[in-house]
Order: sequence, then structure tokens, then C-alpha cells
Amino acid sequence: MALELPKEKWVGKIGQVVIGALESEGGTRTSQVAIGGATSLPFLGFEGEYPNEPPIGMEIFDVVREDYPEVVRKPFEDVIDDPGKWAKKCVEEYGADMICIRMIGTNPEEENRSIEDAEQTIKELKEAVGVPLLIYGSGDEEKDAKVLEMASNVMAGERCLLGLAEEAAYKSISVATMSNDHGIVAFSNLDINLAKQMNILLTDFGVKLENIVMDPLQAGLGYGLEYSYSVIERIRLAALMGDKILQVPIMCGTTRMWNAREAFKEDAATGDSTSRAIFWEATTGLSALLAGADALLMRHPDAVKHVKESVKNLYGGGEQ
Amino acid sequence: MALTALDIYKNLPQTNCGKCGFPTCLAFAMQLANKKASIDACPDISDDAKELLESSAAPPIKLVKVGSGDREIEMGDEVVMHRHEKTFYHPVAYALMVDDDSPDIESKVQATEEMKFERVGQEMQLDMIAVRSKSGDPAKFSSAISAVKGKTSVPLVLVSQNPAVIEEGLKACGPDRPLIHAATKDNYEKMAELAKANNCPLAVLEDSGLEELAELSKKVKEAGVEDIVLDLGKKPLGKLFQELTLVRRLAIKKLFRPLGYPVIMFAGGEGASEGLEAAIGTVKYASIVVMKEADRAIMYPLLTLRQNIYTDPQKPIQVKPGIYELNGPAEDSPVLITTNFSLTYFTVAGDIETSKVPSYLLVADSEGLSVMTAFAADKFTADTATELIESCGISDKVNHKKIIIPGQVARMSGKLNENSGWEVVVGPRDSSGLPKYLREYVGA
Repeated sequence: MALELPKEKWVGKIGQVVIGALESEGGTRTSQVAIGGATSLPFLGFEGEYPNEPPIGMEIFDVVREDYPEVVRKPFEDVIDDPGKWAKKCVEEYGADMICIRMIGTNPEEENRSIEDAEQTIKELKEAVGVPLLIYGSGDEEKDAKVLEMASNVMAGERCLLGLAEEAAYKSISVATMSNDHGIVAFSNLDINLAKQMNILLTDFGVKLENIVMDPLQAGLGYGLEYSYSVIERIRLAALMGDKILQVPIMCGTTRMWNAREAFKEDAATGDSTSRAIFWEATTGLSALLAGADALLMRHPDAVKHVKESVKNLYGGGEQ
Repeated sequence: MALTALDIYKNLPQTNCGKCGFPTCLAFAMQLANKKASIDACPDISDDAKELLESSAAPPIKLVKVGSGDREIEMGDEVVMHRHEKTFYHPVAYALMVDDDSPDIESKVQATEEMKFERVGQEMQLDMIAVRSKSGDPAKFSSAISAVKGKTSVPLVLVSQNPAVIEEGLKACGPDRPLIHAATKDNYEKMAELAKANNCPLAVLEDSGLEELAELSKKVKEAGVEDIVLDLGKKPLGKLFQELTLVRRLAIKKLFRPLGYPVIMFAGGEGASEGLEAAIGTVKYASIVVMKEADRAIMYPLLTLRQNIYTDPQKPIQVKPGIYELNGPAEDSPVLITTNFSLTYFTVAGDIETSKVPSYLLVADSEGLSVMTAFAADKFTADTATELIESCGISDKVNHKKIIIPGQVARMSGKLNENSGWEVVVGPRDSSGLPKYLREYVGA
């Protein structure tokens, strides 16, 4: 008797969000990224569609904090004070599928950069690279409203993702998103119910579900990764089982991992600090993908390289 | 599929005699279905029915043990596809592979044996050594095994498809119950004999498909081997990943016995690539991952991943309550307090480290609850905080009596001050505010 392989028949389909507008669509991007679109669990294309190899973007800053870890500063030493050049290096040398800039320098409690300065940064970034862009504020609600409104206008027609919308601050960013047909990143902190709530708040406010990507927070390896893993997995399972409001693509960053000094501090007992940091970041990112994330944002070029290789092997190696 | 109470009931005598301790056979069947009773309690059941019920009550993935003594490894006996459904019970075992013709076997094994880490109170290290017969020479294999055994007592995997080589290797192992790797469709009869004679678990290797693998595992079982481990063989990673999932589903959801065993996987690639394949096996369904290298910079994060994934979701990881010194504090350094939920501790400690301000962090035993939850549940109160301040010896370390509490529990300030006599300072509501807060605090 032939062995019947247990393939799941999921009823749900994850939405697909395309970012980056090509010239033919009125933009100036030279490439696009499609996030989501799956009707199967990650890398199990044999039982449904898993149409898009998860894209991997790289994360940069308008201003780099003094305490930015040396190991991830080093590959960009020559360009780190110039976001445009930094982005260009990520794309041209390290194959970033998209660039996410965090405008932390605009925060009134940090450098308090002016909107005009921030605008200059965004314009330079837009010129420097052709990949789709994500623009995140600094977490200061009042300032972000202005920064993201500006970003939305500068990037009009380019189809970016703006972020991060949070439960306590989502209205002005939603407006910025809708006014120029960008997408939005809905952030929630390790909680499936909050993730759902965010999508409800945004859609009630007028954002279309097909313009939302959610970031349910990927905790760093060793720093709560297991919670993230299960939250993401539960979100994805609920979506595939038919929960419409959770049928939104997931994008995670390895951002949190870079707060864990254990990952990159000098400590001979746990091996070479650079190799350890790279593997730490790669593992943090890869486990988000295995749990159900559809896209990643990362920082170290070698970690990106390793995850891309794993994704390629996982994505192409099986039955689709 | 697992039997329902009704399925079980049909196989019981249906006499409602009550000798099992339950009033009716149906009541007994319901207890059996919930695994709250044993079929042995029924004195009148037929042998056939008993066998059927026993086999359906067996765990979906057989528990297999490798090795002996205190480093024996248990694997299998998993019951869910996703860790949040219950938990993953038996952490994947990592094995380092050495070749019998390698000149530096002893130093490699020695280095592995010395590679021990401690993380959140748990010891972490490699679990096994796989000895591969590359030479094909039984004597060489045997002496390689003796060399390994001279350095470590971890369980071994004997890697050769030549029964004559395995036979010599088993002699060198004595009563240590290594895993034999592997039986194939060409050698399984001999391998099964060896496994039986030496009471060892046996890996079955078949790379052409799951059906063929199931056929082989059935034959090995029929030959009398109970402890089986599956090897899906070398194949593209994506294919292997899909098959690992399918094997787990067949075992757990379909109770398909021929594939209801733990799985061994040989990680491909080198360096970080090999590490990431091992990470994939860790997250999705391997019970043993064999690696060619064991670099500390890879093993430490990998063991941390295992620790994370195999944490019981119902029982949060806790850190040890007490005093934690961060950034090299002195007697005038600030003192902060938080709870012992690992995530809380890591977040707070990380933010204090970021601030670069030398500090003492007191960690209260909140039974693994976060600050707000513990406060609400009366596990983190002015009383427990006072007790910690008094018992942990912080008074001997600092020359002041000032403590910073989380902003979310500002309400306990008055009582804490009254109880402990310490001046209470309310810190930021969220840990992310600590770097700025602490820098200003010591600047002021």
C-alpha cells in the first residue's frame, strides 16, 4: 500500500504586499519585493503555495549611536556616516533586497535633527539605491508624525513601507501612509492578541488590510526567542486556519539581538566574538522565518549572506 | 489516529463488573482515552484486545535511549508538532563526528569534552561523538573508538555500513550501548543481529523516500530490534526539511508506527552554514544532529537556541534571585530591583549594560513572573522586596540606602520605604528608559 503523505489543506491565504514602484508604475525603483502570499507553512510548498522566497532587507540609521556595536560597525566603517553610501554598500556589495532606515537622529531626546535635515537624508537615500525602501521613525510620537509625513511626500509614488505603527501611536503614521499609497508596518510586542488588535485598529482607521505588514517582534536568541517563535507560529497557524484579520504578511527584524552584549562581547570561552555575533544574528533571523515570518531585516553582511544561503537551500530544495 | 473512548469501549468486555475500579466499562474507557488509567486494571480483557489497546496507547514517537550511565541520552517521545501546543520534551542531541583515520582524534575529543558552558543556570555541552569508519578497516575503527573512550564517556554513534567494522567497534564499546549507524536495505539483517546481540539502538538509513524508509524500519523491527532511529539520508536541504515535517506528522497525527522513531540528521555545509543546518534540525524535528566541526562561536549560540526552543512554554525560564553586578559597581553605585522572569532580567540587565553606569541589580523571586504580572499576583510586593533587600547582603556592598524600583510598581514606594527603611526612587516605567535615566541619575 502506498504511503499517504499527510499534507495539510489550509483554508487561509496570507496576503501579499508588494513594495517598491518601478518606472512603469510611476516610481523610480529598479526592483520590487513581494512579501507573503503563502497558503502553506514556511518552506512547505508541496501542500500549498509558498510563492515568494523571503526577502532580506538591511537596516541602517540616519545617525549612528555611539554605542553601536563594533562588530556590525566595522563592515561599514567607510560609509556609516552617510546613509546613502551605507545603503548603496548594503545593496551592491551585500545583496540587500530592501533598505530600512531608522530615523533615530530625529528624536528630540537624541540629536533632534530637523525635518529639513531628515528630508535631505531621505532624498539622498532615494537617489542612492533602487531597491524598495522602508522608513521608520524614532519612536517619538510627535516628531514621527512630521518625519513620516515628510517621508511619505518625498517618496510619493515609490510605494514604501512606513513604520512603526503602535497601539499607542498609529493615527498620524496611518495618515502618512494613506496619503501617498504606501504600506505600513504594524508593530506589536510579543502578543498574538495585540498583533490582531493592531490590524483591527489600522483597518478601522481606514488602512487597507492589503497595505499592512506586521512585525510581532522577534526577540533575540537567548533573550526570549522562544516567545517570539511561538507567537509568530501561532499567528501563522491562525491565519492559515482562516482568521482573516491575521492573514497579513509578517516581517521581523533581528534588531533586538544587537542589544544583547552576550552575542558580541569579547569572551574567549564562547568563541571568536565576530563569528559568534554573525551566527547569533543569523540564527535569530532564520528561526523567525522557520516560525512563519515572510521577510527579514538584518544588519551584519555575513549574517545576511548565511541566511540567504539557507533560505535558498530551503526554498528551492523541496517539492513546490 | 489515537483511539477514542468509544473505540476503546468496543474492545472491552462490556460487563460493567467494576473490578477495574470504575463503575462501568465506558467510564473506564474514558479514563483510558485520557491516559488516566491502565488497561492492566481490567482482569477480563482478551489478549488480542489488550495488545491492540496497548499498542495504540504507546507514544507516537518511541522513546529511544543511547549510551549508559549519567550521560545517557533520551530522545523521541514527542507528542506535538508545535511547541506552544504543549512542549518539546527531549532536546536534540548534538554529536561531533570524528574519522577513524584522523590523526588528531584525541585532541578533538578532548577539546569537545572541555567545551562546557553555563547559561541561565543550565549546563550546556555537546552530547555525543560519532566515530566514522573512513578507512573501512575494523581494527582501525576499534582503536579509534578506544581512543575516543579514553577521553569521554558520552554516548557514541558508530558510523559504518560494513557489519564487520561495526562488530569490531561494538567490542571496543563494551556495554556502553552506542547507536549503530546504519542499517540499509543491503545489510539490515546482519546489522539487526548485531544490534540485538549488543542491546544497542540501530539507525536505519534510506534516502530514496519515506515509504522505502518505513519498509526498512518494519523489517528491522521484525528482526527483533525495538530501539530504532531514522536517517532520511543526504538530500537537498529543502527536501530534507519537508520530509522531517512529514515524518513527524505521520508519527504524531497518523500514529504511523514504522516512522514513529527519533530522527538523526547529518548537517551539511561548513562553519556557519553547517551551524544553520543544525539550527534548522533543532527547530524542526531532528533528535540527533551530527556535525563535522564544533567551534565555540557556533556551538554556544546553537546550544542557546536549543535551550530556548526546548523550554516548557508553561514554565518560564527563571534566573536565580540575588544580587547581580553590572558594569563593575562600587559602594556608591545605584541599586535597582526587578523580578526573576528571565526575559525581564535580560531586558533590564541589557539596558543597564547599555547605560554603562556601574550598578547593582537585585533580582526578586517572583516565580518567573514579569514585574507587572508579579505585582498583580502579589508575588512582587513591598514585603518580598524588603525581604530580598535584607537577606541578599546589599547593605554590605553599598554606602547608601537608596533603591530604584520599576515605574510600573510606583505604588509600592511608601510601604517599601516604611518596611525596609530604604529611600525609594521610582525609575522609568519601561526598561528601555533606563540608559538615559541612569546616566542622569548618577550625573545629578
